[in-house]
Amino acid sequence: MALAAQAEPNLETPSETAPAAPAPSRLGLARLDPGAALAWLVPALLIVVWQAGASLGWIPGNVLPAPTAVAAAGWRALWSGELWANLQISFLRALAGFAIGGGLGFVLGLANGLSKLSERLTDTTLQMVRNVPHLALIPLVILWFGIDEEAKIFLVALGVLFPIYINTFHGIRTADPQLVEMGRIYGMSPWRLFTRVILPGALPSIFVGLRFALGIMWLTLIVAETISASSGIGYMAMNAREFMLVDVVVLAILIYALLGKLADSLARLLERLCLQWHPAFQTKR
Amino acid sequence: MIATTLQRQGVTLEPARPVRQPVMPHHGVTLDLQNLGKSFGANPVLRGIDLKVPAGQFLAVVGRSGCGKSTLLRLLVGLDRPSIGQLLISGRPATAGVARIMFQEPRLLPWARVLANVEVGLTPVGGAAERRAQALQLLAQVGLADRARDWPAVLSGGQRQRVALARALASEPRLLALDEPLGALDALTRIEMQDLLAAIWQQQRFTAVLVTHDVAEALALADRVIVIEGGRIALDLDVPLARPRQRGSAELAALEGRILDQLLAPGRGDHR
Repeated sequence: MALAAQAEPNLETPSETAPAAPAPSRLGLARLDPGAALAWLVPALLIVVWQAGASLGWIPGNVLPAPTAVAAAGWRALWSGELWANLQISFLRALAGFAIGGGLGFVLGLANGLSKLSERLTDTTLQMVRNVPHLALIPLVILWFGIDEEAKIFLVALGVLFPIYINTFHGIRTADPQLVEMGRIYGMSPWRLFTRVILPGALPSIFVGLRFALGIMWLTLIVAETISASSGIGYMAMNAREFMLVDVVVLAILIYALLGKLADSLARLLERLCLQWHPAFQTKR
Repeated sequence: MIATTLQRQGVTLEPARPVRQPVMPHHGVTLDLQNLGKSFGANPVLRGIDLKVPAGQFLAVVGRSGCGKSTLLRLLVGLDRPSIGQLLISGRPATAGVARIMFQEPRLLPWARVLANVEVGLTPVGGAAERRAQALQLLAQVGLADRARDWPAVLSGGQRQRVALARALASEPRLLALDEPLGALDALTRIEMQDLLAAIWQQQRFTAVLVTHDVAEALALADRVIVIEGGRIALDLDVPLARPRQRGSAELAALEGRILDQLLAPGRGDHR
């Protein structure tokens, strides 16, 4: 007991000199910063040049308004609630289309990767449909759905389906036969074999599909909203064009860029979380 | 030749004895191969093997590459079906799940941590904590308890093979098949692994069948070495040496000479 009591203050001492403790974390942040800052250096520089060009009158305001003007437009749109409402509807469309198309692509990829019969039955058809540029269907889609929500969701789903399908299929098909054999020897049930061996092995490929699909998702949504919509960011841009509000048009474009980046960052984060085992994704700590 | 081999194993249980419940907790199975043959298309790889392996024996199968030794192993663990003949394991037709096999590649799941990889070998019954403790104990047995939380990607080749060994031992197999498991390791790691294998086998006394092209390795580990040539057993040799065996001893060298003579003899291919 006496020893323990004596030991305690000794143990306390390091935490007592706590001022040293936050330092490493601050240092850690500082050490992280250069990388993150470097990534944003080019966009920041572009904005500075753009602002300077606009302020000095090299870029006419009706061609490309200054960043400050765009920011002001953004502020106004935000205050009026217009921006938020449009953002919300665009986001919901993207999400719905992605869930439907991505889900279908994933299920088809799994089915065709696991079953020869399913592959024979559907792969040729899917490959034919895949080779039709889905945006070419816009006239048909407008005839079918008008400019209602279904049209946009249908187009997004169609665009997202194929990258997810192909990469899921490829991932499942290229499962390591040696590991599958190992799983069989160890008496894994088909379900366990799938969840423990085949699906994890396919994940890197599925993530490639996911990131491709996210890009296509925004692209499709932008086109669909600019052509046939009565709400959403794309509609906001098209509407602004009619009133010659160049700042709002630029604002919409910037929002698309940010949304795209956000989606990609999310996918990357998910990738890093799920593929920790992969040497390519191991973060050095 | 087969009959003499049968009588040599006085120490272990008689092979003919029907094994119902093993007397010891981890007791090996007997193997009885009757005219076992395997062809791939019109190409016979094994041409009728007759072989009896008593329970708990450590058998090594050596031969040149392509002689059919790996095929034999795949038949033993039920990865392939024989074209002719039959295989009895402890007197009964072979069923899947009795044997465990270690391959030349460790075949670990790259997305599972070392501990989880060992748990793959455990039967999926029992609580998670219990399984974890069991797996940890197995890892300790191969000297890797401190690497339980690591990904297989950061381990060395020898360490990965030790994890594979722990996984293979997890279900306390009564037959362990080893398909050149040390073939890809460097010389020193190989010797370490051989010692580890020998120690574990002496403790658990499962029936072990090691396929290798390394005669010295076969002699370091096995009670009995068979040489396969052209799909048949060309030589069946007992290794009546005490363990632990002295590497480079005169007896081992003499046996090694006999086996190598058989493998390199110009009269090879008599059967054709």
